Amino acid sequence: MLDKTETSQPESAPSDKDTKIDCRHIDVFYGEKQAIFDISMPIRDRSVTAFIGPSGCGKSTFLRCMNRMNDTIDGARVEGEIIMDGADINDPTVDPVLLRSRVGMVFQKPNPFPKSIFDNIAYGARIHGLASSKSDLENIVETSLVRAGLWDEVKDRLASPGTGLSGGQQQRLCIARAIAVNPEVILMDEPCSALDPIATARIEELIDELREQYCLVIVTHSMQQAARVSQNTAFFHLGKLIEMGETEMMFTNPSNQRTQDYITGRFG
Amino acid sequence: MLQTLGHIQIGWLLIASLAVTGFVSFYVGRTSMARAPASGPLERSHSQPNYHGYFMAMCAAVPAALIFILYLVLSGGFIRSQLVSELPDYVRSLGALELDQYVDRLFEHAAMRDPQPTGNDLFDAASSRLTELRGQSRLLMLILALGAGLAGFVYGLRKLNRQFRARDYVEMGIVGVLFLCAAIAILTTLGIILSLIFETIRFFNSEGSPGLFGFLFGTEWNAQTGEDFGTVPLFLGTLLIALLAMCVAAPIGLFSAIYLSEYASPTLRAWIKPILELLAGIPTVVYGFFAAMVVAPAVRSGAQWINSLPFTSDTLLSAQPQSALAAGLVMGIMIIPFVSSLSDDVINAVPQTLRNGALAMGATPSETVRNVVLPAALPGIIAALLLAVSRAIGETMIVVMAAGQRAQITADPTSDLTTITVQIVALLTGDTEFDSAKTLSAFALGFVLFSVTLIFNLIALRVVQRYREKYD
Repeated sequence: MLDKTETSQPESAPSDKDTKIDCRHIDVFYGEKQAIFDISMPIRDRSVTAFIGPSGCGKSTFLRCMNRMNDTIDGARVEGEIIMDGADINDPTVDPVLLRSRVGMVFQKPNPFPKSIFDNIAYGARIHGLASSKSDLENIVETSLVRAGLWDEVKDRLASPGTGLSGGQQQRLCIARAIAVNPEVILMDEPCSALDPIATARIEELIDELREQYCLVIVTHSMQQAARVSQNTAFFHLGKLIEMGETEMMFTNPSNQRTQDYITGRFG
Repeated sequence: MLQTLGHIQIGWLLIASLAVTGFVSFYVGRTSMARAPASGPLERSHSQPNYHGYFMAMCAAVPAALIFILYLVLSGGFIRSQLVSELPDYVRSLGALELDQYVDRLFEHAAMRDPQPTGNDLFDAASSRLTELRGQSRLLMLILALGAGLAGFVYGLRKLNRQFRARDYVEMGIVGVLFLCAAIAILTTLGIILSLIFETIRFFNSEGSPGLFGFLFGTEWNAQTGEDFGTVPLFLGTLLIALLAMCVAAPIGLFSAIYLSEYASPTLRAWIKPILELLAGIPTVVYGFFAAMVVAPAVRSGAQWINSLPFTSDTLLSAQPQSALAAGLVMGIMIIPFVSSLSDDVINAVPQTLRNGALAMGATPSETVRNVVLPAALPGIIAALLLAVSRAIGETMIVVMAAGQRAQITADPTSDLTTITVQIVALLTGDTEFDSAKTLSAFALGFVLFSVTLIFNLIALRVVQRYREKYD
């Protein structure tokens, strides 16, 4: 275990000043069962980090540590430090509500609220008091939708329900909703697995654009997607981090045999 | 032999003969297929031998069962008319009512397991003749049923071969049985509606009837004396009590559902939910005396205290020993489990991804519930509330015991008033004739009540269908 983590810290690891989130020795338990075993990794700001690995390897669980969504699961327990901007987010003094406004999340299945498109976007701004006036709010909604590449498609029907959009549009709506709160980090848990290839391509484009302003972490089952959108890739297996490095390195010349096997499709 | 046959419980005859026919046919069907030679080494029979067995059992048992059903429906009338025609003339010349009663007594006597002679020769002879007639008709029926079963059996046996699609027929038979069960519920409802409509029409045609307009919009109700049949006070009373009940049940039920589904730990939930549902199992009569013995006096003294306050008039509230408020409060407690358990279901049906979405944006749990979960569950919650309202409107025992009998129009919840259900009970209990306007008005009330609750339920169903979000 130890030597593996050491080999997984190649010279290509992001330097400290770029690190947005530094995870140190994370263990996650669901009741008695341990799901994550001593994972440490730095996550770079203004870039996309992809988590890959077979189903049940703990990548989604690890992702949810970063905005403390594991708190909402009964019996889940997280140990270790996750340093974001110099402070441990697992510290009891940290308010998960505020943390989640800094670390947005997009889920596997598009989950627009049963409200209008406008209210879906405005929701976060409203609960966090980000807008002081109606025009402020409209501004936030418009900017978020523009950034999510959805504005042109929905600007004439902002009052219609968000659930009436197509799957791909719904997912972009959810991304816009996350952006509207002005987060620093956006976590994406298999954001394209419920979408068709065209919608997927649009989301991938969007992820690439968002990289300029945000720190993005994406869990994906698609190796091609990881290769296309990410700058760094982490390979998980059975709750352990097997290898992490620059995406190009990982896909052309992985240092671990299991990574090689998984990437080339020999297992998993 | 005929006497014995006439005495056996008809149900045993039915079950025994159908079971025997069914089993025999099943085994014949199964073994005949199992033994049938295959025409080639690769040929497989279309259906498993068991299906051939079931098919044979269906072929034999269904016609026999049909004969039984026909017999059950028709035989009573035939036997009766035959018996009446054999009675001596002086008995038959009795009035229709007396003759009916006499024959009813005969039937009762003959139906006893071991009828003792009464000493009245004519009666005893007639009773034994009745048993004999029954025996004969049953024998005939058995022979017919056996014949029909045999015919079905032969028909089925001729159809059997390896290519025969017995499985498909058995599937059809299963669908048929399921359909029949579904149809019975619908037919019963139809039957109830028809009998209600029929009696309601009789009421409006009877002497002293107020006419439809007077019935629905009259403001005086004195049905016991057979004078005034204006149902407005009853309706207002029913609605007031239902409203009071909903004021209790809606918030408490809804909030406890939210607590249970969103906040309570699984252990706590496993404890509280059954206890809440236990409330639904308490007989309404128990609620009724709780309302009459505990709540009504408390309401009264509370009302008296309010009256005695310096800034209120002494007659502000009527503070009756029975009151709408007492009935409404207890009824509200009674329907809490309806609201909470139905709301709990719909709240649980809201996908977890929606909650996660809101939580991940930094919404607090209560913001998540208020802004995301409740709007998504709203149609279901409205439906639950409407169902609870129709339950409150139809509730009888609590209001009978705690609301009073006086038909009056008032908005004062501490006064006694009466509801539709209370009046139906009052009109139909005790010594009643079934052709006076007084009694018949109970059916008209029942019909109106049924219509109102039906409308509420239909609205509830429509709401659910109309606003059901598709979350897949």
